[in-house]
Amino acid sequence: MLKILQARIRQGHRTVAYPRGEPVLPPRFQGCPHFDAGRCKAGCTACAEVCPTDCIQRTGRDGWQLDLGRCLFCGACARACAAGALTFTQEYRMAARTRGALLLDRDSVPKVEALRGAMQNIFGRSLKLRQVSAGGCNACEADVNVLGTIVYDLGRFGIQFVASPRHADGLLITGPVTRAMELALKKTWDAVPEPRLVIVVGACAISGGLYRDQAETLNGAGALVPVDLFIPGCPPHPMTILDGLLQLLGRLKRP
Amino acid sequence: MNGAAQPLIFHPGTPVRVDRLPCVPVAGFRETVIRDVEQGARLAALFGLETATGEIELVAILAHPERGVLAALTTRPGAAYPALTPDCPQAQGFEREVAEQWGVLPQGHPWLKPLRFHPPFGKRPSVWPRTQAEPARPGMINFFQMTGEEIHEVAVGPVHAGIIEPGHFRFQCHGEQVFHLEISLGYQHRGVERSLIGAPGKRTIHFMETLCGDTTIGHAMAYAQALEALGAGAVPSRAQALRAIALELERLANHVGDLGALAGDVGFLPTASFCGRIRGDFLNLTALLCGNRFGRGLIRPGGVAFDLDEASADELRRRLEQAGRDIRSAVDLLWGSPSVMARFEQTGTLAPEDCRALGLVGPVARACGLERDVRYEFPFGVYCFEQIPVSTWTSGDVFARAYVRWLEIQRSLDFIYAQLAALPKGPISGAVGALMPEALVVSLTEGWRGEIVHVALTDAQGRFRRYKVVDPSFHNWMGLALAMRRQPISDFPLCNKSFNLSYCGHDL
Repeated sequence: MLKILQARIRQGHRTVAYPRGEPVLPPRFQGCPHFDAGRCKAGCTACAEVCPTDCIQRTGRDGWQLDLGRCLFCGACARACAAGALTFTQEYRMAARTRGALLLDRDSVPKVEALRGAMQNIFGRSLKLRQVSAGGCNACEADVNVLGTIVYDLGRFGIQFVASPRHADGLLITGPVTRAMELALKKTWDAVPEPRLVIVVGACAISGGLYRDQAETLNGAGALVPVDLFIPGCPPHPMTILDGLLQLLGRLKRP
Repeated sequence: MNGAAQPLIFHPGTPVRVDRLPCVPVAGFRETVIRDVEQGARLAALFGLETATGEIELVAILAHPERGVLAALTTRPGAAYPALTPDCPQAQGFEREVAEQWGVLPQGHPWLKPLRFHPPFGKRPSVWPRTQAEPARPGMINFFQMTGEEIHEVAVGPVHAGIIEPGHFRFQCHGEQVFHLEISLGYQHRGVERSLIGAPGKRTIHFMETLCGDTTIGHAMAYAQALEALGAGAVPSRAQALRAIALELERLANHVGDLGALAGDVGFLPTASFCGRIRGDFLNLTALLCGNRFGRGLIRPGGVAFDLDEASADELRRRLEQAGRDIRSAVDLLWGSPSVMARFEQTGTLAPEDCRALGLVGPVARACGLERDVRYEFPFGVYCFEQIPVSTWTSGDVFARAYVRWLEIQRSLDFIYAQLAALPKGPISGAVGALMPEALVVSLTEGWRGEIVHVALTDAQGRFRRYKVVDPSFHNWMGLALAMRRQPISDFPLCNKSFNLSYCGHDL
């Protein structure tokens, strides 16, 4: 008992200062990509060509569109851009309420509109989620799991992962949704009482990501269930996930 | 014995021309594999591929740890052949995989059930006849069943209680006691091996990094080594050292997480909460190297994509020392708490002979006293010069699997300190040329779960005719099923966590 107390004192209080303080991110963290279209060389498609998920498209004469919902944040595009028009910022806040809001075509980051009215009243202070991995590689799962540790202490925001869909207010889905998980995901969704939410985490669950157009997958959860919150990344940093959840619940005052 | 064939002997990481692979009649193939495994070799891989004439060829890769060499031979079995499994149990998963991927029937296989429930490659007929209306569906098999008074069946999954990948577990119980556990996976199948035929392309390295997301470094390194062997790439020594640091950080993060989860499963919350946090500290050290907590983007064929400057190396060392002290204080509590030890000891015991027969790998095998570690048996990269002691324990139970992890945590910390103290100077990446055509290479690494095997076979253009991936979980799931026999079913979460196997690494 004494040894346990001793260890407890040694280990100290380790919960992050966020949301009162700013999160600490690794210096090499690749956050939201930023396009400086003015620096783009005419006719150059180097970034689009190297993208493993083909998430960069040319639009119009000199416009570009980058699909955050397919981006792996691998940085291949930025390295291929000789003009330095494309860079990855330290911006970790990238979640969005609609699929369309993840299509970046100008200098902007997606915004999350908080739930309103009855939904805000029901879920704003208490949200119970059932997690379903449907082809996820265990990286998204691991960084969702980590929110439950003392570092992020998800419980202090009234958010909790529960064992049964019948006890849940919604699903948090990871993975491209394999055909093999189609039925199980649908049954789990059916078991969640209404009103209910769907949160998808990671490029796979948003769009299929790297596994898009594989015959074995359904290109993300949107094919099966209506999605309320999209959290991009491969995998998203835990702060990106936490930020998305808190913004959805209207728990953050965003500048 | 005169029927046995002479296999080709070669080394991991050394390409061989495919026309040097002996193609022998099935009888000789079987005899060689069975004999070599009886004499201490291990079946590292057994897989099928399509020849130019549309025939299926089976390739066996045998690992001979005592000599540090590999042996390979092939055969053309036609539509069916006498299964190896009855005489060589470690072939069981491989033969089921060959049957599923290529429609070749291993006759007499005692457990011929689908692994991943997908149709065979190239529209071949399936060995499990199915109609359009009744397609292959995971979990839809004839599970082994017991009958009798008070016998009952428990079905768990694919959706489990925690934040965990999907799989189905079917228990045959007598009261609390489990007589038999059958594990049926395939829910995570994303078609990776099918997509790798014709690679490499721009998606390939990312497939490797997400084959099994918690083993990004282990698999990416195995892939990079395969490409470097085929493309005559020389990896600078600084890159080799950084790769090894990343591989050990991956091991540290996962072992620490597992010890925390084991503590949580027996209701010992102090270590569970401390380890949950310290695991993140190790992941953040990987992020210090490359910006990503799982090491995405770090390993690239030819070397590594990120260098470590002096200041970051100092910070890495400082934070590693802090985490090292924290983990010691957290884990020491486990071994000193009788309530924990009572639950760990003699729970989920695996016999070393079963472990050997099934060809289990990694900490699971080392917890049965087997000195089985790629870093020692088939050293690669820095491990050729810097040895890391093999950590073993002999009791084969949950305690042994936990304790081996703790031993390895200490060895990995020491190893990284040593690497940081003598980090070679120079470039971090070398050129990799065009891939050698018509060649085979086997690349091995020791991921945190155990031996990772990648086998690449190229065609005349240097593209992959076949790229075979063997994740350690492919072998070890059967070990978990055996460890559960005669256990109370309430100990399943604890036993399962003590293996902590990958679903997607198995399902690919």
